[in-house]
Amino acid sequence: MIEILSNAALATVQDLGRLGSLRFGVGTAGAMDDLALAAGNLLLGNEAGAAGIEIPVFPFKVRFAEDCVFALTGADCGAKLDAEPLLPWWSHRARAGQVLTLGLPQGAQRASRAVLCLPGGIDVPEVLGSRSTQMRGAFGGHEGRALRKGDVLRAADPKRACRTGFGLVPPALALPLQLDGLVALRVLPGAEYLGFEAASREAFWAGEWRITAQSDRYGYRLSGAALRPVAPMELRSHGIVPGVIQVPHSGQPIIQMRDAQPSGGYPKFGTVIEADLWRLGQAPIGSRIRFIETNWDEAVAALEQKEAWLAKVARMVALQRSGPMGVAA
Amino acid sequence: MSLSTTGPTPTVSLLGTTALLFEAPGALAFASQQRIWALAQEAAGWPEVREAVPGMNNLMLSFVRPPRTLDALTARLAAAWEAVTPLTREGRVVELPVRYGGAGGPHMADVVAHTGLSVEQIVELHSAPLYPVYALGSHPGYCYLGGMDPRIATPRRPVPVLSIPGGAVSIGGAQTGVSASAGPSGWNTIGSTTMTFFDPVRDPPATLQPGDRIRFLVEGIEP
Repeated sequence: MIEILSNAALATVQDLGRLGSLRFGVGTAGAMDDLALAAGNLLLGNEAGAAGIEIPVFPFKVRFAEDCVFALTGADCGAKLDAEPLLPWWSHRARAGQVLTLGLPQGAQRASRAVLCLPGGIDVPEVLGSRSTQMRGAFGGHEGRALRKGDVLRAADPKRACRTGFGLVPPALALPLQLDGLVALRVLPGAEYLGFEAASREAFWAGEWRITAQSDRYGYRLSGAALRPVAPMELRSHGIVPGVIQVPHSGQPIIQMRDAQPSGGYPKFGTVIEADLWRLGQAPIGSRIRFIETNWDEAVAALEQKEAWLAKVARMVALQRSGPMGVAA
Repeated sequence: MSLSTTGPTPTVSLLGTTALLFEAPGALAFASQQRIWALAQEAAGWPEVREAVPGMNNLMLSFVRPPRTLDALTARLAAAWEAVTPLTREGRVVELPVRYGGAGGPHMADVVAHTGLSVEQIVELHSAPLYPVYALGSHPGYCYLGGMDPRIATPRRPVPVLSIPGGAVSIGGAQTGVSASAGPSGWNTIGSTTMTFFDPVRDPPATLQPGDRIRFLVEGIEP
């Protein structure tokens, strides 16, 4: 059991998303950095898709009400257990009464969201096949809302005795993708791509894009060269997915993120491929990003590469857990 | 890659590696929607398809995992579209009492200003049709409706409203709808109703299904 001690603004319970209820108007929700959630779960021997806590605002503090193992992934927040500094992307053990504090994200490749995993996952009810918090409609997660001070959350398997004290090379280092020193994202051109002026298409690939302050789990609003359509486009409402880059009349693109609605009508310039959404989920407000044009074969290969990294993590964890007790990497 | 206006043949486009979008050709039509429903029912059973999600004369197919090549799937989709029998759904008729205008319809004045009609004329035109539910989307339980009288069409608001309440009856361009829960909206709210459209623990969770029809009953008109 853990108790939230800080005003945990915008921290939510998330798993890998609610994937099968789009036809009822229900978006997917789910972790903004799915790799961090999956890896954190694997470190504890959980299913990769167990629910964890996604933390976007700091400082964040929780007290462990009982002895419990846990894993920290995602943004390196200079975590401390009481006064003891903790490594990021690592499994740890807390004693009853200890307080975990996450500070502002730090490091050369500053990320923006930390993920806290507990043994067996966060124990909240599954709703429509997922434990992710669905903000619009207020269901899933913990009482269908963001966490707040005083909330108490349970681990599904709190007594699990598992080896801790080992960790991972973060995927930002293991699976890097940068262009001119900026985080880069691969984009598959969308249905209306050719409906934009050639100069706008060139500018999209060549330019830097800033993630504006009007960016959250619903969508990232970007600022850069205006993307001009050859002629105005009015579309019929249709299904969309996280990663879709819509261009409203202003010409400034909006990338749909995990809490995006499942349908829309703005022209679609392209889609950030599923394999790269975690990179975007960690890109801080105010940071600049670049886009790289890709094709179907490369995008599918990228997804396989991501899965291969997770499989490698699972093998490493299995080795650690089968080794003699007391020996930690 | 296709342009937005639908041409003489169906188009297929990619939504990353997560899904593809099939768009029916021609003008927005109820008959096309019946074929979309039939296509959705068939495609939902294909092994690579996680979910078949109808939109307005289009269909999104999300993948269990992206197929290595798309040719077989798009060919099967094109063939199925040619072969389907339109799905006639004798859905339920749901009557929704609406209080038009007043505090629950804060943008009625904008619709009056745009259309040049009186409040009474707008209410009469809005409450006359039996609106078919084409598809669900936007937010849990929200219905896309067809059949609004074009005389009361009103452009979306220049600046979206940060939050309109659940049950808000609104007009956005040539479409009308009822919000199923509180949230932001760029549409013009002209009235309110108290229907519950979504309950996640029910099966199915949405109250209305494609093929159901909605009639708005005039419960009152407030100044």
